[in-house]
Amino acid sequence: MSAVSGDMRGEILAEALLQVRGLKKHFGGVAALSNGQFCLMPGSVHALCGGNGAGKSTFLTIVMGIQDRDAGIILRNGREVVFAKPSDAHAAGISIIEQELGPIPAMTVAENIFLGREPLARFGRVDFASMNRRAQELLDSLEFGISARTVMMDLTVAEMQLVEIAKALSHDAEVIIMDEPTSALGGAEASRLFAAIGRLKAAGKGIIYVSHRLSEIFQIADSYTVFRDGEFVGEGAIADVSREALIQMIVGRPLTEEFVKENTPGDEVALSVRHLNALDWVKDISFDAHRGEILVLYGLMGSGRSEVFERLWGLSEDRGGEVRLFGQPTNIRKPAQAIAQGLAFVTEDRKETGLVLTSDVRANLCLAHLDQLRLGPVMLKRREAAASQRMIDAFSIKTPSDRLEVSGLSGGNQQKVVLGRWFMTDPKVLMLDEPTRGVDVGAKREIYRIMSEFAKAGGAVVMISSEADEVLGMADRVVVLRDGRISGVLERAELSAESLLHLAA
Amino acid sequence: MPGTPSQSRNFKLLVAQYGQKYGILVALVLVCVILAFANEYFLTTRNLVNVLRQTSINGILAIGMTFVILTRGIDLSVGSVVALAGVVSASFATTATTAMVPGGPYPAVFALAIGVLVGVVCGLINGVIVAFFRVPSFVATLGMLSAARGLTLLYAGGKPVPALTDSFRYIGTESILGVPMPVVLFALVFFASLWVLTSTRFGRHVYAAGGNPHAARVSGVNVNRVRLLVYVISGGLAGAAGMILAARTGSALTQAGIAYELDAIAAVVIGGTSLSGGVGKVTGTLIGALLIAVVNNGLDLMGVESYYQQVIKGMLIVAAVMLDQARSKQA
Repeated sequence: MSAVSGDMRGEILAEALLQVRGLKKHFGGVAALSNGQFCLMPGSVHALCGGNGAGKSTFLTIVMGIQDRDAGIILRNGREVVFAKPSDAHAAGISIIEQELGPIPAMTVAENIFLGREPLARFGRVDFASMNRRAQELLDSLEFGISARTVMMDLTVAEMQLVEIAKALSHDAEVIIMDEPTSALGGAEASRLFAAIGRLKAAGKGIIYVSHRLSEIFQIADSYTVFRDGEFVGEGAIADVSREALIQMIVGRPLTEEFVKENTPGDEVALSVRHLNALDWVKDISFDAHRGEILVLYGLMGSGRSEVFERLWGLSEDRGGEVRLFGQPTNIRKPAQAIAQGLAFVTEDRKETGLVLTSDVRANLCLAHLDQLRLGPVMLKRREAAASQRMIDAFSIKTPSDRLEVSGLSGGNQQKVVLGRWFMTDPKVLMLDEPTRGVDVGAKREIYRIMSEFAKAGGAVVMISSEADEVLGMADRVVVLRDGRISGVLERAELSAESLLHLAA
Repeated sequence: MPGTPSQSRNFKLLVAQYGQKYGILVALVLVCVILAFANEYFLTTRNLVNVLRQTSINGILAIGMTFVILTRGIDLSVGSVVALAGVVSASFATTATTAMVPGGPYPAVFALAIGVLVGVVCGLINGVIVAFFRVPSFVATLGMLSAARGLTLLYAGGKPVPALTDSFRYIGTESILGVPMPVVLFALVFFASLWVLTSTRFGRHVYAAGGNPHAARVSGVNVNRVRLLVYVISGGLAGAAGMILAARTGSALTQAGIAYELDAIAAVVIGGTSLSGGVGKVTGTLIGALLIAVVNNGLDLMGVESYYQQVIKGMLIVAAVMLDQARSKQA
């Protein structure tokens, strides 16, 4: 790639906060990383890009001292360093804010920040007064607006993320790694995070930002580095690269279109929802999804969008409202009924509510369709195997055997297993909750293609998404939710990032 | 395309998976080979049949336990259910004049059905409390452990139920083609469970509900029903084991089955079933139960004091799981 600048490759830059060259790591005979290269300058946000399996995670675990390396050098402020354990990396001023946060929910913010290095008073007693004071000073200096005495579980996910940042800074971190920090955040919360990142940058810190969301990268990053298949592919300034060029670097081949949309909405109503309530705070939700249509439920975290799906799926109790499928009234009280009625539900978090990670690919694919693959209580193993193979072929799921545990697959392939499970049931209405979260651009495009083809063939898609790009690219119509109610409906022609945010926030 | 990197990776994965599958079998074979050389009596038919008979009661309990542990649960009550089902069924099959059930002894089939029913009812109570009242299985079955033992003592008045009819004792003392009845019953339970777990829809549901209850629920699995049923299975099998034990000894003891739940859990864990659910096989449990029995037998034959046997069993349990952890880290 043309973006590689010669001087960064060869020379050691004394002013770089972190410089990595020729990093290698093998697992068994497999190279997870064959040439990891990275250079982080002070006061900058540097995006680390790459598809699933590109070697980003391996790179980060080595930099954080969680794993050792086979070859390569890591330079901190121009001096070579070796981290044998995470505390070595912390001591060298490197901190990571991980995809899955690890707060202790029943402790206060201050206790979480000072976990493991609590200031002590006499007789080993924890000096809470000084701990709370120092934590509060830190939070205030960052303008986070969080009280140090709040119990962690009373915070929103975004606030917890901010606390993690504060914790990283309390370690005097100069290099802060953020791994998919916005994956659990809504638009407004993400902007709060970006503001915090801006302040860190101004203070001369270096941020390594890992995200699949390209719009974020173009919004906040100064420079980028791309890995693919464990190799350094290119680096450069964000200002000098186009979105298309970056995608091409990440996937390794030109992508003609980021989104695939060939469906046209029909007239027949597939799913009709009227005055639906869920739990005690989602009220009066009404919408129609037509055959051939991709309808999006848009809203911030906590706007009630997932709760609508859970209610439709019979996972929460009936609080009133009417649901019709192709004109027929339904009364879905449990998931098995929803499946029998021709609904399919791809849940938000494939690890939490999607996959049975301990089971193999075949068991995961067949899980919602067992009733059609049995004779009395006995499973028909040949039909299971055939059904599983059919889905593997249809979605080109990359797995050497469907008897391997699904946990061994990449994120994109795992997501395709979840989709395959639901397509096996031959649904008429597809409910998708954040279907492309945590999958790389290549796999994203395939998921869009699958959605589009499903709608084109006469199915109805109802999708929850908080990625504005995706909504703009795929939706025929958008129902915006705010605080458990519908705040507006937008036709495709009226869609824009501003109109979405205006209604959602 | 043979020989590509991804192929060799798959091969490694498969080796790791097979290692996980058969590691404990290798250990069992190894122990048997060592004992065969160390003691001439070990390989005699009589001794091997004896080992199998000693395995059968723990084996039956451990198979029920496997179902429960596969769904992330635990059943601590099986030892007490052994005693309760033993005394209740025995009270219908005793020729003693002090019988508490009038009109006895009843036909053995009737007494045996009662014993299984007692186990099933205990399991049903466990299951309802775990599945519908959301009480952790550890607590629910700990309660049953105490309650069932108390009921046993109350029912039998603190005394054993002696003098069981020969037809009742058949399941403990007779043989079919030289194979003792307890072993025959154990084999039946084993093959039935193997079939249920590998070939039925219920088996698929057990693995899914244990591996990820949320995902299973969303996919239409009635997770509560699965949870309920595994405790019923465990309870029913504990009932059966209790009667076999009573039939073997000729009288039902109120202190029968004390701490049996621990041996059952040990067999399951040694057999590679994960306490976090969703992973495990009854074949593993079978091998685990056999390993415990063979080690005990071998130590007996070599005249090792029984106190040492407990220490060695403890080390065996922990070592088996340590090995498992090391292997899964490699994979």
